[in-house]
Formats: sequence, structure tokens, C-alpha cells
Amino acid sequence: MSFRIVVAGASTGGLAAMQTLLPRLPQDFTLPFVVVQHRGKESGSGLCDLLQRCSNLPVSEPEDKELIEGGHVYLAPCDYHLLVEKGSFALSTESPVWFARPSINVLFESAADAYGEDVIGVLLTGANADGARGLAAIKARGGMTIVEEPSTAQAREMPDAALALIDVDRILPLPEIAPFLYSLNRAVGRG
Amino acid sequence: MPESSLQAEAFQLEDIEIKLLLEGVFQHYGIDFRNYAPASLKRRIRECLIDEEVMTISGLQAKILHDPRCLKRFLLKLSINVTSMFRDPEFYLAFRTKVVPLLRTYPFVRIWHAGCSTGEEVYSMAILLQEEGLYRKCRIYATDINQDVLKKAREGIFPLAAMQEYTINYMKAGGKSFFSDYYTAQYDHVIFNSSLKANLIFSEHNLVTDGSFNEFHVVMCRNVMIYFNKTLQARVHDLIYESLSIFGVLGVGNKESLRFTTREAFYDELDREHRLYRKVR
Repeated sequence: MSFRIVVAGASTGGLAAMQTLLPRLPQDFTLPFVVVQHRGKESGSGLCDLLQRCSNLPVSEPEDKELIEGGHVYLAPCDYHLLVEKGSFALSTESPVWFARPSINVLFESAADAYGEDVIGVLLTGANADGARGLAAIKARGGMTIVEEPSTAQAREMPDAALALIDVDRILPLPEIAPFLYSLNRAVGRG
Repeated sequence: MPESSLQAEAFQLEDIEIKLLLEGVFQHYGIDFRNYAPASLKRRIRECLIDEEVMTISGLQAKILHDPRCLKRFLLKLSINVTSMFRDPEFYLAFRTKVVPLLRTYPFVRIWHAGCSTGEEVYSMAILLQEEGLYRKCRIYATDINQDVLKKAREGIFPLAAMQEYTINYMKAGGKSFFSDYYTAQYDHVIFNSSLKANLIFSEHNLVTDGSFNEFHVVMCRNVMIYFNKTLQARVHDLIYESLSIFGVLGVGNKESLRFTTREAFYDELDREHRLYRKVR
């Protein structure tokens, strides 16, 4: 196993979830960590600043064609879909998918296409069903799928929807997700 | 063969089929999508499979190559990008404060909206220029690859339901009047005033294959090049550069920049945050 990218999705309750997860990723975490958090069109860059305050890793909103770097948290900008290609980001203003732009499914499916089995997909709290189909795409390509234990989620609909659709690899309480990601990352490091 | 490697082969085959489809469309119809950004292109092609009720991309290819009506639907699928009036209101506010004063110094202003899609941002610009008292001396050339979206843009008819959002955008963009003064509602649609259309010229232009067609003081190309790969982006940046007069202004989307392009050194930043650049050499 050699993972090359983590993609994560959250909706309702996502900010609090990120504030639990991000501080638990230490400075020597070497994978890129790409996040879609559902939010309004006009929400600007305030969320990015909030996440930076609790993260040991640099946090930014990627530009089109920006190269993907390890040890970096990337937040999908509002009112765009964020997609990954091999080594770089791509943005799109295609229609919202299930009322969401950015859409978790769009990010997850593009990661599965570009990185195949080297993807770790993480689905967190949310009050809709976005992300389930994307997680299924990651699973189909042989990637690692992780869902937040629904009872620890502020809104459990999103984790529940994914669990109903696929057999995920891990169901973890929120505080244990970052340590698990770190252990996967270390395993890669040992080669 | 284990299940996972069978699946891996299926995904590889999909990539081959996409290449063949794009090559076929290019050779048969002369329309070139081969340098489009792969991830979003793949999404749209997969959506076409569902719309066209075919199982494979090879099946879609056969349908597109043999049925021009299917090609038309395919082209529409690839060219509609959802936009809104005064998208990113702060951009228009920056345009008012940073670009409008420059335009006042010209006797005549030519503006090119490259990749205008259904025209929402073109009408936004016309409104802004009218409010600044500049519209009479402006010509806005709005181009797109697709005839169907140009037809919609030319009509200037938009859904009534969108007006609430557009009104808010308009006010945030520094609007000086009532947004509802610019349109007339009919049933569930609105039609924009004909005075706004007076100096708009809509025409077909393909950024992939066509050349420069005039010299412009302003080029707007927002959220268009995000659908292209770096090769094609470089071509379009050359085309835009050649089409701008010296000290002309280029506006791109708020997550696009000249940072990774060959033309970066030829522009100064007029407004860094709102992605307004000025050609200086």
C-alpha cells in the first residue's frame, strides 16, 4: 500500500469536525489533505483562516492547475467544484450536484480516477447524502474508505448514506480518524 | 483474473475510449476537445452516457459520429457552464473602481467577452457601463464556441427565479439603480431592456482553433480556461495577449491567475485579489 492523497468531505457540523481532526494531524504528515466542506456561495475565505488556526499544516484554497503538494491542507473554494488530476487541481463551474458546489462526489470521483488505489477517502458529518457515491468510486478503484462513526457525527445522514451504499474499510469515531490517517501515512514512509 | 485487476482494466479501457471519441469528433467534425482538462471532461462524457442511454463510450462515439443531432447535444453538454449575473460581485466592484477610470480616457472602447456562454456576465457588464455613462462609446464583442448558447445570450431572456440572487449580486457589485429597472418580467422569465443590447455583438469564435479578430481594450475570460489543459491555456493566453492593446486590461476568474503561464511577465497586476491584469509590454 502506498497512499498518495487524502480526500475528505463534510457538510453540516463540518467546521467542528475539522477543528477536531486537523489539530491531530502532526507537522510531519506528508500526504496532501483535500477537503470539500459544503458552504454558501458568498462565504469567502473566512473558513480557510479558521481552519489554518487549528492546523499544524498550511491551509489554502487551490487555484486552477495548482500543483498538489504533500503535507498541505487544501480547501475547495466556494461556488466551484474542486477536482484532482494527476498531480494538480482543476476547478469547474458546472451545475451544482445535489444542490452542492463544491460537491463531495465530484472531488471523490476525480480522485479515484486520477489516483486509483492510492486514495484515502474520508466522509464526515452531514445532513444529506453527498459523498456516498464518490466513496463507492474510491472503493471500486481499490482505495481506502473511512466513514465517521455516525453516533459521533453532529449530523449522521451523510455517514449513514455511505454505510448503506457500500462496505467501507473503517468506521471510526471522529477523534480517531486523524491518528489512523497518520498511521497509514507512516506505513507508507516505511515503504 | 482477480476482480480488482479486471476493474482496473475496465477503467483503463474507459480512458482509451475517451481518447478515441475525442479523436473521432475532431477528425469527422473538426471540433477539437483533445486539450480540454481531463477530469471535468470525463464527468460530462459519463453524464452523456446516461442522457443518451448508451452503455459504453464506444457506443456514444458511434451515435455521435453517425447522428449530427447527437453531436449537437454533446456539444451543448460540453459548452454550458453555469454562471450568473454579477458572479463574484466584488470583481465588478473592482472593475468599477480600477478599470472604469482607465476606460474614461479612451474615445472608443472595445471589449471582448471570450467564452460568454449564455451571456449573464455580458449583460452585467453592459449594465455597469451604462451606469458609468460609458456604454455609448463601448462595443462588447461576446463570443462562444456554441451557436445554441449564443442564441440564448442574444435573446437576453433569463428565468425570473434567478432575479432575487442577481439583485443581491447587483447591489454588492456597486449597482447605482434598481436592478428591476433593467428588465421586464413575463410569466416565469424576464427580458432585459433592448438598450442594453444596442452595443452587444454576439458571434461564434472557437478559442481552440480561431485567431485574433480585433484589438481590444478589455478582454474578459473568466472561468473559461479552467476547462482547458495547460497546452491549450498557453495557446489562449497567446491569443488574448495578441488581441489586447498595450495597457489593455485582462480579467480572469477569481481562482485563475497568470502565475503558471508563459505570459505572466507581460502583465502588471491591476488588482491582485480580483484578478485584473494590465498588459504592459
